[in-house]
Amino acid sequence: MSSSFFHSVTLERDKCKGCINCIKRCPTEAIRVRNGKAQILTERCIDCGECIRVCPHHAKQPIYDPLSSIDSFKYKVALPAPALFGQFHNLDDLNIVLKALLSLGFDDVFEVSKAAELVSDATRSFMQKNPRRPVISSACPAVVRLIRVRFPNLLEYLLPLNAPIEVAARMARAEAVKKTGLPPDQIGIVFISPCAAKVTAVKMPLGNEKSEVDCVIAIKEIYPRLLPLMKLAANDPGEMTETGRIGLSWGGSGGEASGTLTEQYLAADGIENVIKVLEDLEDEKFPELEFIELNACTGGCVGGVLTVENPYVAKTRLKNLRKYLPVARNHLGEEIPEEFQWDQEIQYEPVLKIADGVSEAITKMAILDNIDKTLPGLDCGSCGAPSCRALAEDVVRGVAQVDDCIFRLREQMHALVKGLSQLEGSFPAPFRAEQEEEE
Amino acid sequence: MSDVIALHFDVDGEDFTRAGEASYGVKRTLKQLGINPEAVRKVAIALFEGEINMVIHADGGVIDIEIDNNQIKMILKDKGPGIPDIEKAMQEGFSTASDDVRSLGFGAGMGLPNMKKYTDSMEIQTELGVGTTVTMVVNL
Repeated sequence: MSSSFFHSVTLERDKCKGCINCIKRCPTEAIRVRNGKAQILTERCIDCGECIRVCPHHAKQPIYDPLSSIDSFKYKVALPAPALFGQFHNLDDLNIVLKALLSLGFDDVFEVSKAAELVSDATRSFMQKNPRRPVISSACPAVVRLIRVRFPNLLEYLLPLNAPIEVAARMARAEAVKKTGLPPDQIGIVFISPCAAKVTAVKMPLGNEKSEVDCVIAIKEIYPRLLPLMKLAANDPGEMTETGRIGLSWGGSGGEASGTLTEQYLAADGIENVIKVLEDLEDEKFPELEFIELNACTGGCVGGVLTVENPYVAKTRLKNLRKYLPVARNHLGEEIPEEFQWDQEIQYEPVLKIADGVSEAITKMAILDNIDKTLPGLDCGSCGAPSCRALAEDVVRGVAQVDDCIFRLREQMHALVKGLSQLEGSFPAPFRAEQEEEE
Repeated sequence: MSDVIALHFDVDGEDFTRAGEASYGVKRTLKQLGINPEAVRKVAIALFEGEINMVIHADGGVIDIEIDNNQIKMILKDKGPGIPDIEKAMQEGFSTASDDVRSLGFGAGMGLPNMKKYTDSMEIQTELGVGTTVTMVVNL
């Protein structure tokens, strides 16, 4: 198992009240409350962002790079995600956003939607050559991480192609090197991201040794700075965009799937729905499907934790923006270029198993079952684990005690009090007779 | 004597939406036990087919799972109508499911054949008007 895990969520300790909201919501049961603060079991976290969304105290915060991080590069290229274009009221021209990005301090822009169209092409070629069905999208990093820890049987169905941002990053760097003559490391490839999981995907990529993205900047951070610049840009937006309908659609759930041009697809969004689909896929319930698009965030990338706008509103805006665009503006030949392909296979990380050997695990599971039976089954979370079952699991793993359950503790206190009250009524022999007489 | 992990599920005959609960529950346990993914896959598919059969034909029933070092045993017991001709029921494509059930996408006649295909052994005990017990084993 990999020992170093990076995650794109951080805890502001002062704000954390140690409540149970995040532990209950985490799809991989990766959070426990310890010492009054939420703690992430790092090998289980898939960076889905649910805890960030659900925390009422805003103690869970996504990690991303500050805008100032681009200053260290000589030549800076902004890579706006398709979801960015869904954030603005009354936007009718993608060029306005692109021009505003240049005014913000970037030397060039490279739309991720452009690479997305090429990935759609590559996906179609891949599906033509490979009969294994259904093909599961690998563009959402949280979904890929979820499959890696929970659905080993589905790893071989994952589309072994890079996500559009990775393809865009590679193309953008090559283009910039050609344009400027600068060495590659002096070019900053900066993703304008709706998604914190992409921060993890950049720092610890799956499917690739190294990501070509240098910085990941949050849409929500540059949003207020872009607005005035967009007003200026609207006067003379120019013609920069190379995005077609397919590319822009990737910003919302269903966009990638429709880009495969098959009708037999399913697109699920929201981590709970994604899990349900994966469970069903594992049971081979959908024999007729060709392509499965899964997005951890509700609505797709527009629902990312680094966005500003309501995901449904953003999706509608993308739909409107898309209307006057050509279907696609970017095309790939038959062959899938190397920079589109994974250079590493993704391995199963069985982080949920309770022991190394099956026989030892069975012994532990028997103990776990017995502990579970003694717990009240309220799943109240007061012990710091998301459910009674999870506490029982923690006990056999040796990281918690049965008495962490306050109801168990209360029972013990009752027993103690009962014992005490019995003691209260009993007197040593020399006093006993007297007392009886008194009564 | 080594340990045996026992799991029990009640299958509600009226509720299609709950079919698959046993499969989910068992998969979760098997993954926690570190059982190899291929065995998990076989169990999941066979069990889901069995669960659906119980819902479609037998108005539900009970599922008991026993896991030990060597095997995963699944016992599906119902008080349904029984299977008149097992040989016929084992044929791919043979189904007695109603049109209603078929319109839900089930009843393709692959249930029992798939259960047999994905397990290392399958045994059917059935009595007309009394019920059916299917015992399936996946070896580890």
